[in-house]
Amino acid sequence: MASFHSLYSQIQIHGPYDEGIPLEGNDSPRVLSPVLSRWIGKIGDPQIGPTYLGACGIASLICGFIAIEIIGLNFWASVHWNPVAFIEGMAWHRLDPPEAKWGFTPFVPLTEGGWWIWAGFFLTASILLWWCRMYLRAKALGMSTHVAWAFASAIFLYLSLGFIRPMLMGSWHEAPPFGIIPHLNWTASFSVLYGNFYYNPFHCFSIVFLYGSVLLFAMHGGTILAVSRFGGERETEEIVDRGTAAERGALFWRWTMGFNATFESVHRWAYWFAILTTFTGAIGILLTGTVVDNWYLWGVKWGLAPEYPATYPDMTLPPEIAEQVRAASSAANPSTGPDASLEMPPPAGEAAR
Amino acid sequence: MSMLSFERKYRVAGGTLVGGDLFDFWVGPFYVGFFGVTTAIFATLGTALIVYGAAIGDTWNIWQIDIAPPAIEYGLGLAPLREGGLWQIITVCAIGAFVSWALRQVEIARKLGMGFHIPIAFSFAIFAYLSLEVFRPIMLGAWGHAFPYGIFSHLDWVSNVGYQGLHFHYNPAHMLAVTCFFGTTLMLAMHGGVILSAVNPPEGEEVKHGQHENQYFRDTIVYSIGPLGIHRLGWFAAMNAGLWSAVCILISGPFWVGGWPYWYDWYLQLPFWNDMGLGGLG
Repeated sequence: MASFHSLYSQIQIHGPYDEGIPLEGNDSPRVLSPVLSRWIGKIGDPQIGPTYLGACGIASLICGFIAIEIIGLNFWASVHWNPVAFIEGMAWHRLDPPEAKWGFTPFVPLTEGGWWIWAGFFLTASILLWWCRMYLRAKALGMSTHVAWAFASAIFLYLSLGFIRPMLMGSWHEAPPFGIIPHLNWTASFSVLYGNFYYNPFHCFSIVFLYGSVLLFAMHGGTILAVSRFGGERETEEIVDRGTAAERGALFWRWTMGFNATFESVHRWAYWFAILTTFTGAIGILLTGTVVDNWYLWGVKWGLAPEYPATYPDMTLPPEIAEQVRAASSAANPSTGPDASLEMPPPAGEAAR
Repeated sequence: MSMLSFERKYRVAGGTLVGGDLFDFWVGPFYVGFFGVTTAIFATLGTALIVYGAAIGDTWNIWQIDIAPPAIEYGLGLAPLREGGLWQIITVCAIGAFVSWALRQVEIARKLGMGFHIPIAFSFAIFAYLSLEVFRPIMLGAWGHAFPYGIFSHLDWVSNVGYQGLHFHYNPAHMLAVTCFFGTTLMLAMHGGVILSAVNPPEGEEVKHGQHENQYFRDTIVYSIGPLGIHRLGWFAAMNAGLWSAVCILISGPFWVGGWPYWYDWYLQLPFWNDMGLGGLG
């Protein structure tokens, strides 16, 4: 007896290749002969390729190749072309943006950050050309361009970090480095430098949408798999002609939480949650250092955060930081005035000397 | 009646796990069931205790309300209400409400003839919560290692515990969890986008279906996993985001007490880097 498999496909039919929807107009021919993979077929479509390259695709791959070459050769040069050290340190190698003294000029000597600018230029060109591809293929297939605009939101975050915010701050040095561990180090020190990013409300939004996106995919993926025995994975058909799979999926959530999406609207929820993850993240980046210097003090000012000196009375703050805390707390509590605990004793080392 | 046009024929008796037909009814759009009753009791009591905790606390500022677990000195014992006992009862209520909610989803799935994929996915989120609030504190020997209930106080906890590991981004399980979170969100954008772009085509175009969705991703990124596969992959990646989040905090403290950057020393000290005679990173 046939049974339905929601987690993996036990039965695969390998017929002739799907040659794809015929190309039209100025389209160049598709490339890569299709390959059938029995293992990939266990969870998804067994056919890989053919794919469409076109002028944008070729240009994007060339620019991406150049960017990776610049980054990789700089990594290798940083260990004096030692092949063992190059492989061993792959996660630690770094290509840094120019020092602050160079400001935001595009003309920086190659070994002092110029390579970083060129790598960023070609990576950006590659990404933007890839965006054109996502847009143009949707148009060529008679579809709308939703995927390209979601991609644009991610590109906005990437550009905010590496270009727009450095431009606003007037220095390439504000941008993150290339490198696996180095960009994580940059992220952590960026948060500390600007007073704890958890108090940045747009960081809060971004996390909410990130976690919300994962929650939505767990709910949506689970729902479709759970009604796949009724043909629920044929979502577009169920959208234009509702069947029992869509009805059961809707009623599950209505009975669980009193509210349900439809097979179409759940994709609108999904689409906007994912887009807003990177969009709100980008806003949070662009405000940092330009509008707000210290998110913790910003939180104190607006009543989000308690004042640490009240919790840790012995903590010694540098005088200029203490002055900012005093200003922020008197703005938050104009009636009470400065907190007495902010009168700092001299550092222990100073007293001993 | 808050029933959808097609809803009446689906409202049938049966499918309950506990209580037979005693609670087998609906209130408005909500299904009740035995676990609906327990959810309501746990959630109401827990919420009321949070409000009570706020009332006896320092502030009504919604951002700063904080109900903390007992101090480390209480170990794994019970604490007085004002010194963490409230946190303990609220935690019991939360676990009761979450588990009841999952079991209620099982009953609803049975009633609708659906698979159990949704409560299974939810159980990974519950596991992550239990790891933070119960399993890790038990392994470390004190409820004081759990996170407090408060909007910014729980963020402070995340920050502080992260820096106790010097730099939490180096935690390999944290890396996997973040990868799953970002990857799931990327796939959600792609899936949501392609469905909307197929059924909302430009003016004058016909609505598109699976063949065009497949073609779009084959044309742009070489491979399209297909309409069933994307839900398998998204469901799996979302559950792994929860799973590796749980793993990354469970190993941090109970199994690795040093700074996470030092965890990689085993890799840098592998003997064959030097055996090649070129000298590695040194």
